[in-house]
Amino acid sequence: MPEMTLIEAVNAAMSYEMGVDESVVVLGEDVGTNGGVFRATDNLQQQYGEMRVFDTPLAESLICGMSVGLAAQGLKPVAEIQFMGFIYAAFDQIICHASRMRNRTRGRLTCPMVLRAPYGGGIHAPEHHSESTEAIFAHVPGIRVVIPSSPARAYGLLLAAIRDPDPVVFLEPKRIYRAQSEMVADDGQALPLDVCFTLRQGSDITLISWGAMLLETMQAADALAERGIDAEVIDLATIKPIDKATILQSVEKTGRCVIVSEAAKSGGVAAEISAIIAEEGLTTLLAPIVRVSGHDTVMPMFKLEQKYMPSVAQIVTAVSKVMEF
Amino acid sequence: METVAKFDISYSQSLNVSAQLNISLEQLAARGINHEDLIEFYRTMLLVRIFDTKAIALQRTGRIGTYASCLGQEAISTAIGNTMAAEDVFIPGYRDAATLILRGTKMEELLLYWGGDSRGMNFSINTQDLPYNVPIASQCCHSIGIGYAFKLRQQPRVAVVVCGDGGTSEGDFYESLNAAGTWNLPIVFVVINNQWAISVPRSKQSGCKTLAQKAIAGGFKGEQVDGNDIIGCHLKLQQAIDSARAGNGPHLIEAICYRLGDHTTADDASRYRDAAELEQAWKEEPVARLKTFLVENQLITEQQLESIQQQCSEAVEASVEKYLATETEAVSSIFEHMYQEMPAGLRQQLAQLETQ
Repeated sequence: MPEMTLIEAVNAAMSYEMGVDESVVVLGEDVGTNGGVFRATDNLQQQYGEMRVFDTPLAESLICGMSVGLAAQGLKPVAEIQFMGFIYAAFDQIICHASRMRNRTRGRLTCPMVLRAPYGGGIHAPEHHSESTEAIFAHVPGIRVVIPSSPARAYGLLLAAIRDPDPVVFLEPKRIYRAQSEMVADDGQALPLDVCFTLRQGSDITLISWGAMLLETMQAADALAERGIDAEVIDLATIKPIDKATILQSVEKTGRCVIVSEAAKSGGVAAEISAIIAEEGLTTLLAPIVRVSGHDTVMPMFKLEQKYMPSVAQIVTAVSKVMEF
Repeated sequence: METVAKFDISYSQSLNVSAQLNISLEQLAARGINHEDLIEFYRTMLLVRIFDTKAIALQRTGRIGTYASCLGQEAISTAIGNTMAAEDVFIPGYRDAATLILRGTKMEELLLYWGGDSRGMNFSINTQDLPYNVPIASQCCHSIGIGYAFKLRQQPRVAVVVCGDGGTSEGDFYESLNAAGTWNLPIVFVVINNQWAISVPRSKQSGCKTLAQKAIAGGFKGEQVDGNDIIGCHLKLQQAIDSARAGNGPHLIEAICYRLGDHTTADDASRYRDAAELEQAWKEEPVARLKTFLVENQLITEQQLESIQQQCSEAVEASVEKYLATETEAVSSIFEHMYQEMPAGLRQQLAQLETQ
């Protein structure tokens, strides 16, 4: 069983599926000869040829829009948007077409496509390269938004996304592309979509996060354990649609919830989770729900980005306050 | 200094505004259009004209919603439908009744769509054609994916995509032309230049002398044709489609016609459009032009004209009856087509709605 980083797992999932399913095609800027600026598509063109793995002109709306056309013809496009900061040019194609082709044709045409993009801060990248705007996409009916948080989950969730008969925006936390390695079987086994993963069982408080922030969240859970606070940690994984059952069951058990997100605070996924708990689990709460998040500011350029991103200390402080409530 | 590239844009017309054909009927037959075809061209254009009139009446009496008329676009739309092969894929805008009807879409399906029912785009015959596209020119990107799929699978099929003169100002239009040229895809772009993008005239839409020349920037040929001349449109479309099918890459045709109606039934073009201009446009319109040609050359009898008129009216009336007799979809249909399998959250929302 090979040891893989998250980016290697992304590559392995695409390679596996291209090998077993001829309808899978990979497209995007620099995905061919160069293998992607992060090497997510490394070697795929050599393996599967220039027609199935191809560089597009530098045009994001085209990349997404032509994927809608490829999918309408029964292919399964896996399109890369080089950075999430460039995805907005493709938003019209996502919200007006990819998300609703099935609905608009009453199931006659569908859109089994994956739009991959590296997202999130923390790697000292230039402007427009560090946002976490998953909530914008999570608001769109008809698509799925999936974010892995480890190599094994990246592998299993990307396979599931490619096999899913509906469009998936697959956001890859680039801060942890190479942060950790783990054994990934590369056996074609997909993980389920639309469910959370409970990474750590606990009884005192539920910590919910996704993507790279699970690193800090798990570290915080360790620090809290040393203080005698037993935290349950949930990886949201599928941002849209949210697995309400797992969240509500956990909060029913612990009575407390802190949500950790590196996105801007207002109107985000953390707010949606808070609303779900308030609507359907209020009576199980022993303390207010708290969000530890980025701020309602532009993502700062890299000299100050650490001040924007939630830290382990901030999570621990927030949990302590909730426990003392 | 040396010239490194030179381009030209042609304009063609076969049946002029005085209903004079510039080639003989024998030559026309040699190019695939015989006497019976000309009568069928007339039949389709008249059918769509009657359909259009009926649709506006249905809107005015509250039986369909806002409707976008295709008045004045019958020739180019009919030519597209007649020159495409069944296995090709049509990527429409939203004034393409003639093309869709020729490809198998039922008139009652179009009425369902304009009547606010998504089943209208669930075409039963032309199942791979895309649905109407309301956001302007985004469909051009879809045609790239469809053309790429044909090329990938080495299928001799062609994608035909239409947009209007306003659509050629959109980024998606330019991105698509660029991509079509880059990959030499089997796509025919048809710009139906009806002179008006709601209230904005062609002169304010672009500084380009022709819209056809935008294809040059994409690396392939663009040309103009008289969009009120169904014979010229047919011949040009046939050439472009045959060429794309043979592997010679994309082509752009700018069909110059005139939007004789309002933008939609929610618009009043008299607010921004000169009555004299409209009056002139009516003298050039496509249905009367072909009819005059057929009558003057004794290619159609008075009896045939009456019979076609009656058959078309009956077909439209029958489609209206079918449309009006169609029950509204169950409320669950709102939820059923969001995903292949309904997620838990949607099941919960549907259950709540059904108990209200």
